[in-house]
Amino acid sequence: MDNQTFPKKPPAKTNATAVAYAARDFETRSYLPEIFRGVGVSMKHFFDNTREMMRGSRPDPVLDRFDPGITTISYPEQKRPYPERFRGIHRLTTRADASVRCVACLCCSTACPAQCIYIEAGEYPEGDKRRGYERYPVKFVVDELRCIFCGYCVEACPCDAIRMDTGMHAVPYDSRDQHIYDRDLLLSIPGRDGTYETKNPRHEPGDPTHPGISR
Amino acid sequence: MTAMQLLSTIVKILIMVGFVLNLAAILTWADRRQSSMIQDRIGPNRAVIKIFGREFRLAGLLHPAADGLKFFTKEDFMPLRADRLLFMLAPIMAMGMVFTLVGTIPFGDTICPRLFHLHFVAHWPLIEGPSAQRWGTCSPDVKNGLYPIELIAAPLGVGILYVFAMSGQGIIAAAIAGWSSDNKFSLLGALRAASQMVSYEVTLGMSLIGAMMIYGTVRLDEMVRWQDNHAWGIFVQPLAFFLFFAAAVAENKRIPFDLPEAESELVSGYFTEYAGMKFGMFYFAEYAEVVTGSMLLVTIFLGGWTLPFFHRDGLTIELGGLRLLQVPVSHVWMTLLGVLAFFGKVIVVCWMQVFVRWTLPRFRYDQLMKLGWRVLLPASLANILVTGVVWLALDKSGPAVSDALKVAGDVTQAIVAVVLAYLIGSLVVGFFAPIKHLRTLLGSSAEESVKRGGTKSEPMQA
Repeated sequence: MDNQTFPKKPPAKTNATAVAYAARDFETRSYLPEIFRGVGVSMKHFFDNTREMMRGSRPDPVLDRFDPGITTISYPEQKRPYPERFRGIHRLTTRADASVRCVACLCCSTACPAQCIYIEAGEYPEGDKRRGYERYPVKFVVDELRCIFCGYCVEACPCDAIRMDTGMHAVPYDSRDQHIYDRDLLLSIPGRDGTYETKNPRHEPGDPTHPGISR
Repeated sequence: MTAMQLLSTIVKILIMVGFVLNLAAILTWADRRQSSMIQDRIGPNRAVIKIFGREFRLAGLLHPAADGLKFFTKEDFMPLRADRLLFMLAPIMAMGMVFTLVGTIPFGDTICPRLFHLHFVAHWPLIEGPSAQRWGTCSPDVKNGLYPIELIAAPLGVGILYVFAMSGQGIIAAAIAGWSSDNKFSLLGALRAASQMVSYEVTLGMSLIGAMMIYGTVRLDEMVRWQDNHAWGIFVQPLAFFLFFAAAVAENKRIPFDLPEAESELVSGYFTEYAGMKFGMFYFAEYAEVVTGSMLLVTIFLGGWTLPFFHRDGLTIELGGLRLLQVPVSHVWMTLLGVLAFFGKVIVVCWMQVFVRWTLPRFRYDQLMKLGWRVLLPASLANILVTGVVWLALDKSGPAVSDALKVAGDVTQAIVAVVLAYLIGSLVVGFFAPIKHLRTLLGSSAEESVKRGGTKSEPMQA
């Protein structure tokens, strides 16, 4: 057992090819040509970028993103515009009379996987045309810290009342309670086109187009 | 020493030290801003000063000031078992040596107060005035107490030897900083710094011996005068120029020779334990060393305060014995031009050193030592030998050769002038060249951006 030798395994065949060493000639080993070339590259970048900074004509970070040069977005001053269908902070849309469009059906809070929406429904007062037909949210609170921006609430809403088309990302605040967006705040945020209503027409009770309370 | 000489010495010291201090501070900014331009970034531009409700950012130039303020407000930390005296002494030595070093560097031609007096008294409106003689020395006006003023803070006879003696003290500062901080990283950094600086100090001195042989002096102002009358040192000693440049960068402990403070290995080298303004002094001394190294390079190889074809008496364009143009210029203006030329050249060389720093990767330690002892030192010794042989051969040859050398010297001046003019011209032309952007609209973000009129929603400063 002591003198037993194991048969040597032949090396496995590979496709690898040996990488050639850097040429050991004078040009390579004196460093100097490559140093000058390298400094030349640095200088080209320096002069190009300095000129563009001084002339104020550096490439637009989004539109000319493949240009050589400085394509940094200086964040607070410059912002990358979000894509058209970007899901941002929520907003509540309004009716023509600027009241909240939400009917407090609780579809959104039911659909929400993060359970970040809290709604307290209330009845319209006696004599209001909408009483008995729909309710309104006394409280409508979105916890933007819990929200995962999945957009299910927007999908679930039967009235086009909640939207995520503000184009604003979730904002960092100092304390947690600032992330709790209540009804008035959500109503005060316009959409990206600057409007508070939606293009989707709303048929109020009493309108000729209204389908009626007993449909 | 008359009161005027005392006063002029104080002014000279203020000019020189003030220049080194300010340029070192600006270099910390240049290092950051220039690197960002090289690497396609914007770089530091956030330090703001508000004057009358308007914000000034000055292209980020306020960052060095902000850094200085921050250094002073930092905790003055010292390791528990550090050697208190040496720990305190090291940054003082590092900084002090750099500033004593500039004493023998001339920043202008000798001033003749008599001609200044004549210029300001007799020749209103001060555009024209008496020009100095090119070859003659300034005769002192003993009656009025007007002695010639050499624009050297300390006109010592030993000249460059003093500079070497002082720059060698930087090693001691690094070594005792590392030793006294009671930290292994510091000690390793100090050892590296000491061995590296000792190695490259040899090359630094040896590379200049050829130049000293040709110039026939160790006084830096005499060296500049020789270059003024013959040719710039870079044409006479091209190899020594590169050797000296490499050795000077290694002496300054900057990339690619920044092994003593290799961040990836030694935290921060010999000043790991230093905080606040003590660290600031090391940091500042490093940049001041860049400035003084550039000053030496300019003085010995790039003609010091001289400009091509501008001599002490004015503009003289000549080729050998053939005089093409001579315009005498007032001594005052020539002095001013010389001082500006010197400081301008120093700034350009510092600017070049920043490029070297941001282009080359760091050496490995054995590569560094091999480069120092096996490449640079033999090359400098060979340079001495070749210079000596050629110098002897030219010295023994007849007047025809010396005439040819005179023509060659004038040709080098013409080359410098033409290259300088070409570079400045191409800079100006390149600055106003039209810029073409590619405009590749890719993705809905870009489309949205076009709808909103681009990304530049607010103007950016600097």
